[in-house]
Amino acid sequence: MIRQLITALGLLSLSALAVAAGDPLGAAEKQATNWHAIIMFCIFVTMTMGITYWAASRTKSTADFYTAGGGITGFQNGLAIAGDYMSAATLLGLTAMVYSQGYDGYIYMLAFFAGWPIILFLMAERLRNLGKFTFSDITAYRLDQGKVRTMAAISSLTVVCFYLIAQMVGAGQLIKLLFGLEYNVAIFAVGILMMVYVTFGGMVATTWVQIIKACMLLAGGTLVMFLAFGQFGFSFQTLLEKATAVHKLGPKLMYPGSLLADPVTAISLGLGLMFGTAGLPHILMRFFTVTDAKEARKSVLYASGFVAYFFNVIFLMGLCGILIVGQNPDFFEGGTIGGKLIGGGNMVAMHLAKAVGGNMLLGFLAAVAFATILAVVSGLALAGASAISHDLYARVIKKGQASEAAEIRVSKIATICLGFVAIILGILFEKQNIAFMVGLAFGVAAAANFPVLILSMYWKGLTTRGALFGGYGGLISAVLFVLFSKSVWVDVLGNKAALFPYTQPALFAMPIAFVLAYIFSKSDSSVRAKAEVDAFDDQYVRAQTGYGAAGAASH
Amino acid sequence: MSSAMYERMRANPKFQELVARRGRFAWTLAAIVLTMFYGFVMVVAFNPTSLGQPVAEGSMLTVGVAVEFFMFVFFWVLTAVYVKRANTEFDALTQEIVKEAWKEQK
Repeated sequence: MIRQLITALGLLSLSALAVAAGDPLGAAEKQATNWHAIIMFCIFVTMTMGITYWAASRTKSTADFYTAGGGITGFQNGLAIAGDYMSAATLLGLTAMVYSQGYDGYIYMLAFFAGWPIILFLMAERLRNLGKFTFSDITAYRLDQGKVRTMAAISSLTVVCFYLIAQMVGAGQLIKLLFGLEYNVAIFAVGILMMVYVTFGGMVATTWVQIIKACMLLAGGTLVMFLAFGQFGFSFQTLLEKATAVHKLGPKLMYPGSLLADPVTAISLGLGLMFGTAGLPHILMRFFTVTDAKEARKSVLYASGFVAYFFNVIFLMGLCGILIVGQNPDFFEGGTIGGKLIGGGNMVAMHLAKAVGGNMLLGFLAAVAFATILAVVSGLALAGASAISHDLYARVIKKGQASEAAEIRVSKIATICLGFVAIILGILFEKQNIAFMVGLAFGVAAAANFPVLILSMYWKGLTTRGALFGGYGGLISAVLFVLFSKSVWVDVLGNKAALFPYTQPALFAMPIAFVLAYIFSKSDSSVRAKAEVDAFDDQYVRAQTGYGAAGAASH
Repeated sequence: MSSAMYERMRANPKFQELVARRGRFAWTLAAIVLTMFYGFVMVVAFNPTSLGQPVAEGSMLTVGVAVEFFMFVFFWVLTAVYVKRANTEFDALTQEIVKEAWKEQK
């Protein structure tokens, strides 16, 4: 039954894309059919469908579904984390950001990276030692299960939705460019493929899709960078001399610029990206897929190494793009240099691949980017679905009495619902810059998830009341700050002026969350609160030693 | 997974030693990363032009790029240092603590 469904869906998506590729009706600018890209994409889909089929046979328990049974090694998990983290927004959005803003893009990338060492030093082993399937296992460890998990699930889902928007928009633009396929149809294709991976293969399939894609991404990016940088004799000096000479920013290209024009935005962005990383549900979930804290630490070491390396590759790609793509009329609509890039501003990396490696390399990189989107979207959907099924259904509604089969069924239904939500959001947010949307997702993660999570691990005094006020306070304020900022209030809703002057919420929403959590914990004098504070001591020993941790209790 | 096990582990002086040593090490490294990163963000926020200066006369390599590249490498080296020490020294200590708590139970 499952096998037939997968085969049918696989064939359906392949044939739909093949038809669309041969008949690019409705596209704004007709693209020549790129058979290299189509073939490579089909190979990827076939391969991942095979993995999903294999994974489906191994996904029996809830532990298999959520965390691949906790049997992923540190190296594999490091690749998968890097895969989760290096999304389409990274490849497309950040290359585009370096291309148009120069040095600002590099600052953005350091802020994306700097969260990793902090996660390792302060969180990784405690996460692994205390958590089981979702990060709310940790926040709810000694607090009121129902209330705290509901809160954590709501904020997880909010983060997942913001992040999904970024991914879906990237997917739509990419497939539109590559296949001449309608944006909306492309969004549907991604949504449906993602549902197949996650519903049938769970975390096993999602992890392997992620690992394959991370390897492809690292290889593809490196190859494009080498070919492009080679045109400048691998000399950073020559590259920058030429780039600053032609770029519209001129010498300002290498100065912090308009993106971080005011100090508040710069600091808020730094906070949001750094602590947002430590609050992303699909990243946190990856800490539960390894056997113990030792492997969890190794995961971070490998992941941060890959991420740091790739960000530097992207920086070079963006700079090379300024010359190779930005000076070639073939890549602009109507052939006017400096006009609108074909396929939109986020397509710099793709054009660069075509310029240095022809259709073959474009095809490969396009397949990689598409694979990236599918993999990240799958990871997000799994994190969102587990918040619904493990936290809301099994623990809150059924109070821990749900059978494994029922819990898995609910998570599969949740995945399908999330797939449709992703499709709708993707269509709604078509015109937004995708790297920017990721920034917003991070801001909410930093303000809604991170404060309660870190307090629950480090502060004895945290009570249920404090956690609820802190969590909801952070979530609501972060969402409102985003809603009232220019990017939504003006650009999406069409109002005249923004009610909140900054685009980054973290600097304002994070303190609100911490202060609320502190005040409402301190002022909580109930018997329950005292028991929760007393329970910290045992939690603390487990957090430090890993004794009693899920998957490691085989003494 | 009894509370008694946790109680015994907590009473073990080695546990206090583990917590103190690992905590001090982790927080020191975290402080280095946070100071450098937010120091850098402050420079971006309040003195952005200084980052655009070339590292040497006639060079296109700016201070900003050089500093950032250094941070990418240095932060990763710090993670390697932490993983090395935690996976050997601290994990060995942790195992001793758990083992001793088991022995006492028998």
